[in-house]
Amino acid sequence: MSAQEVQIVWFTARVAALSTVLILPLGIALAWLLARRDWRGKSVVETVVALPLVLPPVATGLLLLKLLGRRGPLGGFIYQHFGLDIVFTWRGVVVAAAVMSFPLLVRAARIAFQEVNPRLEQIASTLGAGFTRVFFTVTLPLAARGIVAGALLAFSRALGEFGATILVAGNIPGKTQTISLSIYTLVQLGHDVDALRLLSVSVGLAFLVVWGSELFYRRRDRA
Amino acid sequence: MKLRLHNVRLPLAHFVLELDAEFTGQVAAIFGPSGAGKTSILDLIAGLRRAQSAQIELDGRALTDTGHDVFVPTRQRGVGYVPQEGALFPHLSVLHNLQYGAPRHPVGESKSQFGHVVEMLEIGELVNRRPQSLSGGEKQRVALARALLSSPRLLLLDEPLAALDQPLKLKIMPYLQRVRDEFRVPMIYVTHNANEVMALCDEVLVIDQGKQIRQGAPGDLFTASDEPQFVLKNGL
Repeated sequence: MSAQEVQIVWFTARVAALSTVLILPLGIALAWLLARRDWRGKSVVETVVALPLVLPPVATGLLLLKLLGRRGPLGGFIYQHFGLDIVFTWRGVVVAAAVMSFPLLVRAARIAFQEVNPRLEQIASTLGAGFTRVFFTVTLPLAARGIVAGALLAFSRALGEFGATILVAGNIPGKTQTISLSIYTLVQLGHDVDALRLLSVSVGLAFLVVWGSELFYRRRDRA
Repeated sequence: MKLRLHNVRLPLAHFVLELDAEFTGQVAAIFGPSGAGKTSILDLIAGLRRAQSAQIELDGRALTDTGHDVFVPTRQRGVGYVPQEGALFPHLSVLHNLQYGAPRHPVGESKSQFGHVVEMLEIGELVNRRPQSLSGGEKQRVALARALLSSPRLLLLDEPLAALDQPLKLKIMPYLQRVRDEFRVPMIYVTHNANEVMALCDEVLVIDQGKQIRQGAPGDLFTASDEPQFVLKNGL
């Protein structure tokens, strides 16, 4: 692989990892709220979170572009107060990947929380544990398997993100170009061999993530 | 123990649980058929459920008083709970299950209490095992020990023998009697088995469909039919 290709792969892996780490706290909190509490507007939030799964990725990308551009409501605020640009920067790549992979994490984590027997949490509270202790010592460890599976799925999704990314972050070599965007460019230019090389890296990465999650499952099963 | 359940009203799926009772014995049974509302009563005492209306007092301290907006959180009630299935934390070893609710006493005191409970319930050899590898009887003994180690003011036992076969029931009952005699922890023992009431309890409240039918000493309410089986006099 050329130095440029190594940079592309490394960049893609880093933004995918960063987006996954960033969505974990909010994803876990939201999944718990959806699994364990009834509240007003719950179904609306549920639907909004699931939208990126069903909307065309470019549509999500366009929405993010309008929202996060310098003249957008959120992007304008961030630029004015922190001097940071989101659109057409690496931050845009992270945001696009995070938004697109968020529903996958929330769904997996929600199911994981629903599978935790509430009786165990209740018994923990009879043993003197408050909410925080029950959550971190009973609920979260018992849901960890599903949450990790969801995080791996979110990471895989982020690795392959294309449609939203190209709108929010563009396709700028050395700056916002991910594996998917690079493959697209190479095919457009007729450099099929180079595209296939990146494709094989992409397949390898996806294989490693799925394989890792399988190993994780098996180890948990034995525990 | 003085446990007072006054003006308790809790709508359940098929009936409304209504109760006005007081327990003063050391081990009180709540006796009734499956689905009579027995577990719901324990949940109300433990604060795991909120009643539509209720005044629940333990030794003069209000745990729940809907009229005065009093609801002591579960973790502050000092009420141990042993559910039917034991409900051991599956991701923790037996040792960590036992330590989960143990208060942080000075090391010596804590150790002696721990050793005493473990020895009495004969679970010393189980401490490094996972709950999944325990038999039904072992699980119940560990669950009982875990609840005891949290130093409860009241112990709630929800049909702790129901999931066990007859030989195992006979094996576990002496442990319960030992807990009663050595620890002197007041207990509420939920069951639909009259023999267990006779073997362990000094008072009994009979309920059916959420209504209290009668209350008294086990000897007054139960009679021996085909020895050694006891049945409720005059049925429900």
